[in-house]
Amino acid sequence: MEFNGKLLKKLVDTYSPSGNEERIKDVITEEIKGLVDEIKVDALGNLIARKKGNGKKIMIAGHMDQIGLMITDIDDKGFLRFTNVGGISPHISLNQRVIFENGTVGIIHVEHIEDMSKMKLDKMFIDIGATNKDEAEKKVNIGDVCVYHTEYYENENRVMTKCLDDRVGCFIMIEALKKMQDTDNDVYMVFTVQEEVGLRGAKTSAYGINPDIGIAIDVTGTGDTPKARRMAVSLDKGTAIKVKDRSIMVHPKVKKLMADVAKENNIKHQFEVLEYGGTDSGAIHLTREGVPSGVISIPTRYIHSSSEVASKEDINNSIELLIKIIEKNIEL
Amino acid sequence: MLLKRLTETNGISGNEKAVRNLIIEEIKDYVDDIKVDKIGNVIAYKKGSIESPRVMVAAHMDEVGLIVSKIEKSGLIRFMPVGGLDKRVLVSKPVVIGEDKIPGVIGAKPIHLQKGPERSKALSYQQLYIDIGASSEEQAKSNVKIGDYIAFDSKYVEFGKDLVKAKALDDRVGCSMLIDLLKSETNISIYGVFTVMEEVGLVGAGPAAFEIDPDIGIVLEGTTCSDVPDVDNHLTATKLGAGPAVSLMDRTTIFNKKLRNTIVNLAEENDIPYQFRRTTFGGNDSGKIHLAKEGAITATLSVPCRYIHSPISVMNKNDYKNTGKLLKLLIAEIEKGGLM
Repeated sequence: MEFNGKLLKKLVDTYSPSGNEERIKDVITEEIKGLVDEIKVDALGNLIARKKGNGKKIMIAGHMDQIGLMITDIDDKGFLRFTNVGGISPHISLNQRVIFENGTVGIIHVEHIEDMSKMKLDKMFIDIGATNKDEAEKKVNIGDVCVYHTEYYENENRVMTKCLDDRVGCFIMIEALKKMQDTDNDVYMVFTVQEEVGLRGAKTSAYGINPDIGIAIDVTGTGDTPKARRMAVSLDKGTAIKVKDRSIMVHPKVKKLMADVAKENNIKHQFEVLEYGGTDSGAIHLTREGVPSGVISIPTRYIHSSSEVASKEDINNSIELLIKIIEKNIEL
Repeated sequence: MLLKRLTETNGISGNEKAVRNLIIEEIKDYVDDIKVDKIGNVIAYKKGSIESPRVMVAAHMDEVGLIVSKIEKSGLIRFMPVGGLDKRVLVSKPVVIGEDKIPGVIGAKPIHLQKGPERSKALSYQQLYIDIGASSEEQAKSNVKIGDYIAFDSKYVEFGKDLVKAKALDDRVGCSMLIDLLKSETNISIYGVFTVMEEVGLVGAGPAAFEIDPDIGIVLEGTTCSDVPDVDNHLTATKLGAGPAVSLMDRTTIFNKKLRNTIVNLAEENDIPYQFRRTTFGGNDSGKIHLAKEGAITATLSVPCRYIHSPISVMNKNDYKNTGKLLKLLIAEIEKGGLM
């Protein structure tokens, strides 16, 4: 399978912090509109695309939002103060470039502090190159959100970019829609909002769909870097089938379904036990009377940084696994 | 004055009955339907003359307080907090316990008997007690039972230039504005919901929103105001007298941008001062409302209140009036459509 880096680049380069997912929603809609039977957007902004079928109702969820920084104050000299939207680390943020929806670029720095371990976001500020408050207010308002601003890069093995979390999930879903064959299953591809602030979009979209089975597509951590926190997931060992994280114990039948499909189709895979974090399936599986749910994970290094790294082969394997699951006549 | 009566009525989370009765009495002649749901929320329906999205306006009836956990042999009362309290503000405060409003005062070991480290730390709940003037366990038990709710004994007082001090402005200001809205003429239908147990985890709002299934949720609040010396501007949530606070984001909601911008535009067009709530900690009923069923868009309008979650909070009457005005403008704007 050829790796469609052009599409992934387009997705990660689209501005989309939690609560501001309009742009990415439009980009994805453009990509999939000829491939599905129905598209709707719900109250919170979830993009729900349906490919109708008479079989099991499957909800596939990948989140469109990314972590960001919301402006809370502009001082007389034009410096901006901010708070986090999702899991933003002060240490990763120091000296990062950020970009706003209107293209304004800034740099994050910090007040003078002796002990850098005490660095917190409320001691930090953004310099957008304005010389005073009036000038700053012409470009940025309180409540505006910016995101890390780094270049997409790929080589023969890897992609290195901001917000693979979870544009890579959206990418996998779009690629699956393009490549999959007709299926009996009633497939809902849901591009969710506000995952990074608490799995919010998945909760309301799952309620509306009321699926028979839920599958989230999202990144997971790895233990394959020097002296890393112990974790039996590595890049290049294949797509990762989740066993558990902080939000879900994956339903054993869903886990088995994924493993069986991977084996039947010789798709390289590994199992994932994540000791921290959660994904949209955490919200989906507790919807209404409960929904058997699982996760296809993409092993990713440096998650929530400005340059996350994943394996192109693992991503292709994830697409392959998703397609084969969707095409299968599922009995749970 | 309604706000005086509301703040001087006690309604600790889980025990909102007195506040609920007062509210029902106030609104019953102005709405088409009132019901108290299983968890204790008041759901009032005011039928409008035109088709509109389903609008839920919510304010919580409950306030933070204390609850009796033990009665000592000495007749002193031990207690636990209900909701988020700063325990440093408790000592020496007058309280009333239970339905009979037994008066008491929160006491602690006197300062000259406290050892060095004790003096430099906030007194813990284990070190505090309530003295109701009883000299034995038996005597205390004739007036007070374990599980009785304890409210701060604090009067509504107007002072300074347009300022008000009272307990429970969070969220009786919201209740008061909602009552006022329900009494006024509106063309659209409104679900006015007075929720229970917000302070202990947004408990009432979820079931109410599940039943109503709103398209638009508007939460009315009293919110934190930290315009005190030595706080940097960017850490000042709101300022007293600077107008209604419009929420951007908190722990439970990222407020809908379109609805937020609509509110800001209405304030600017009508010369109503406004401010953004600049800090993002805490949460309110919107957290449950916007995630109920298939979701809703929500906004929060708040009256800034200093010393919130204590026996005495302080607000500015102009902020209160302007918040009510902005709310009514927003309702009229929803009537025009285009928000969904």
